[in-house]
Amino acid sequence: MNGSSATFDCRQAFAEALTTLARQDPRIVAVCNDSVGSSNLGGFQKEFPTRLINVGIAEQDMVGVAAGLANGGYIPFVCAAAPFLTGRATEQIKADVAYSRYHVVLCGMSPGMAYGELGPTHHSIEDLSWLRAMSGLTVLVPADPDQTKSAVKWAAESDAPVFMRVGRTKVPSVSEGQAEPFVCGKANVLRQGAQATVIATGTLVSRAIEASERLAEEGVSIRVLNMSTIAPLDEDAVIAAARETGAIVTAEEAIVSGGLGAAVAAIVVRHHPVPMRILGLPGFAPTGSNEFLLDHFHLNAEGIVAAIKELRG
Amino acid sequence: MMIDGKIASIDGWPEPAILSSLSAGERAAQLAEVSREVRRSVVRMISAAHLGHIGGDFSVTDIATTLFFGVLRLDPANPNWPERDRFILSKGHCAASLYSVLAMRGFFPLDWLETFMQPLSILNGHPNRKIPGVEANTGPLGHGLPIGVGLAIASRLSGKNWRTFVVLGDGELQEGSNWEAAMAAGHRELDNLIAVVDRNRLQQGARTEDTNRLDPLADKWTSFGWETIEIDGHDHAALYDVFTRPGRGKPLAVIANTIKGKGVSFLEDRVEWHHKVPSPEQVERALEELSR
Repeated sequence: MNGSSATFDCRQAFAEALTTLARQDPRIVAVCNDSVGSSNLGGFQKEFPTRLINVGIAEQDMVGVAAGLANGGYIPFVCAAAPFLTGRATEQIKADVAYSRYHVVLCGMSPGMAYGELGPTHHSIEDLSWLRAMSGLTVLVPADPDQTKSAVKWAAESDAPVFMRVGRTKVPSVSEGQAEPFVCGKANVLRQGAQATVIATGTLVSRAIEASERLAEEGVSIRVLNMSTIAPLDEDAVIAAARETGAIVTAEEAIVSGGLGAAVAAIVVRHHPVPMRILGLPGFAPTGSNEFLLDHFHLNAEGIVAAIKELRG
Repeated sequence: MMIDGKIASIDGWPEPAILSSLSAGERAAQLAEVSREVRRSVVRMISAAHLGHIGGDFSVTDIATTLFFGVLRLDPANPNWPERDRFILSKGHCAASLYSVLAMRGFFPLDWLETFMQPLSILNGHPNRKIPGVEANTGPLGHGLPIGVGLAIASRLSGKNWRTFVVLGDGELQEGSNWEAAMAAGHRELDNLIAVVDRNRLQQGARTEDTNRLDPLADKWTSFGWETIEIDGHDHAALYDVFTRPGRGKPLAVIANTIKGKGVSFLEDRVEWHHKVPSPEQVERALEELSR
């Protein structure tokens, strides 16, 4: 994969980017729920003790406090484990952040099945579905450290509410060779190809690249898109993939009802219907390591290759 | 202030700084007069919309009027002035009273009130930030106090020292998010934060104490690290005194004992007037009682 086997925990890139921005912009604050360690905010806290607001284990309060800080002129980055941030505080995200249009950056740490062994209470596979339904909320899934850093910077400079996943499972770089690692609302074309397209996000991006390499060995050329912005979706890239490659597989570490796949399908059926497969999780997952669970649900290169072959008959 | 049966603008209303120079009696009398106009406005709005929450609108009127006309540092011509005091109506269903106060205080034209809950009006049934003077989109209960805690922290961090007032319904306190925020405010000793509980003892379906008991309510706030004061929530002089007090090292909970439907005899303390709409005859009677 990209000539390198090094893998990275995106939380480190996240914390570095946030701390760097905080040095330049005194409006940046972090808000968390007893999650300094799990959000890798120790360095931020040390450097900016008064700008790290830990409300304790209280997600509803955490998101409301962030909205108040935004009203008061600050740019809050809310850092909390994704399942609790998005599940416990859904109504605060809706009313206090999205509907109120406060510039709050919601950072869902360790999303998907990052806490695989801890079970479905600690998995965040619903977040993309729930938050894609929040009008005006930008939903980001950076796939590697470079994308994470760029997304943090973009989120700080935007003036609208943002949710971003920040992964803890180790991922390889997928941004090498890209002119810009992350542009909000734009898919990155990682592999050109004409016979099908894989639209992947987050942890599935490197697996999609691997699938394309395996298919290339069999003489099948597929396009690989890294869709790091789930909302607003890059409709042009989706329509081009449908028109130019005739078949689409989506792949995400999220439940299949309502996430990336559903978003892509809605564009495809409207503009240029082509056969599709939506790869993701069918429901609550059993226990197991993140790697085990992704393999268990065929969210890997083999699963993507199989889906492409099925589509192509 | 009534011209041809319509609310007229309150031009020349003294700024709080000027108001503070009046005697307590003069000030209370002025605030009482404005409160009467607010209630008349609410009756007209709800009557025209055939929707609204008249009981809670009337219990909170004197609190909102005292704050907006007597206490808050604001600039209606510049509603986003960064150093303004913040007011959050956490019991957002009482929007008609808030909208009336905002319009009469000069945040937007009085004739906007005639669009209350009409199709496509920005004056929807619950406050939203498209309306000048509204700080947070409230309506779902239990949202205002956490936002207030964030504002109080921002005030302290920025050194701008505005004060934040959050007006809560009493039934609303059954929502757990309030107590998350109360704990955080107590822990942080946010003495620039004032929670005002509109303690009218009724919620939508029944009495609070028959539904999910709140008493001893003052003890709850005190145990969360707040200073707690109980007052008559319709006594403008008492409200003014409490709201203008400087902070004393702890957040302040003002339990304002009120009467739901206050000001119109047949509306007072009756559960059905949570969101019942008065008939044309009842509107006449209500306006008549409110003109005395």
